[in-house]
Amino acid sequence: MNYNWNWGVLFEGEYLGWLISGVGWTFAVALAAWVLALAVGVLVGVGRTLPSKPVATLCTAYVELFRNVPLLVQLFLWYFVMPEIVPDDLGRWMKRDMPNPEYVTAVIGLGLYTASRVAEQVRAGINAVGPGLTSAAYANGFSTAQTYRYVLLPISFRLIVPPMTSEFLTIFKNSSLALTIGLLELTAQSQQIAEYTFQGFEAFTAATVIYVVIALGATVIAQTLEKYTRIPGYVGKD
Amino acid sequence: MGDFDLSVIWNNLPFLWQGLQLSLWLTLLAVIGGIILGTGLALMRLSGIMPLALAAAGYVNLIRSVPLILVIFWFYFLVPLALGRPIGGFYSALIAFVMFEAAYYSEIIRAGIQSVRKGQVHAGQATGLSYWQIQRYVVLPQAFRNMIPILVTQGIILFQDTSLVFVVSLRDFMTASSIVARTEGRLAEMYIFAALVYFTICFAGSLFVRRLQKAKTA
Repeated sequence: MNYNWNWGVLFEGEYLGWLISGVGWTFAVALAAWVLALAVGVLVGVGRTLPSKPVATLCTAYVELFRNVPLLVQLFLWYFVMPEIVPDDLGRWMKRDMPNPEYVTAVIGLGLYTASRVAEQVRAGINAVGPGLTSAAYANGFSTAQTYRYVLLPISFRLIVPPMTSEFLTIFKNSSLALTIGLLELTAQSQQIAEYTFQGFEAFTAATVIYVVIALGATVIAQTLEKYTRIPGYVGKD
Repeated sequence: MGDFDLSVIWNNLPFLWQGLQLSLWLTLLAVIGGIILGTGLALMRLSGIMPLALAAAGYVNLIRSVPLILVIFWFYFLVPLALGRPIGGFYSALIAFVMFEAAYYSEIIRAGIQSVRKGQVHAGQATGLSYWQIQRYVVLPQAFRNMIPILVTQGIILFQDTSLVFVVSLRDFMTASSIVARTEGRLAEMYIFAALVYFTICFAGSLFVRRLQKAKTA
């Protein structure tokens, strides 16, 4: 193996700045997409469990559609195809005047994709609460809305904290796909440094270490959150 | 919005089919390689031999915390460097996918092995089987039977993931669609078509998984 080591390259010239800017974009995409994914995912997940057949079917269709098309294809559809198939004026605005189109597209694409995964967790959480409590709520004269508001959601949201934290980590990793539409996030920046300096080993190591640190940080936060949201006697090991 | 021109798909069908074949081959080989390597990692973690267990756990956790695209970049850079000569994009990608998916498969397989009741192992020991014989004839056959639906689901995810070889311009179905889209200037048609093809294959796959699950519980 013939390779000239030069770890100092990461701190020379503008390369450190590139990495920092990449980390910034990775966080910006992942966090914004996470907010969107939570909002849409909770709605869709709850929708799948509702007694109303059309709503449940529509929400199931959403999940199947977004889960069975690769995220990369979805990003390209939002970025290249959406401006072509919306009304002309809107399409022109999206192509010319929309501020920061790569970022906006990445957030929407990643957010709506992750929403389908969040929806599955929410649905599983609601189903895990069990039919007994739902029947009890109805027997007490609760409406469907009240049953969800006071019985199903408070319990299921606490039940799904562990799988949701793993989704949260996944969204950071998936934010790297934004580089395919030209957003210079962390992975893209490390690739760019590798190309400019021919020091691929150092550049990719830097990105890997940063991703591992993000994962470790998220795991620590997750464990704290899980400790406080655990329902005593509910999540016990069988 | 221009008129939809479906002839662009028809005219480039052989080229797209070649891409799809590459995607399917990559998926199949990576699933096989990932399961073999993943089984090895799972056995290392459950072996009770500290250094082996730690090494496997470290590898799995490292791979699981980085994005697949970064892993692809890593192996495109490392494989030719380690071998001293280029071996072509397909094999670099295949190695990257096997190494990446093995981490995910090992977690599935570890759970599968742990789902086999301890009594089975004790029965094996009582019959005088060695450690490897117990794994080979008692534990793994039962574990894999329980895992088949999840392994197939992971295979579908892997098939979707192969689209990421786009970042290194390897000509899979996604890259082929993108090449046609650009050269013919027909982005809408080609990307919607690509989405339909991926959806059809993955949805059919998930229906198949549902049937497997039903057959298992029945």
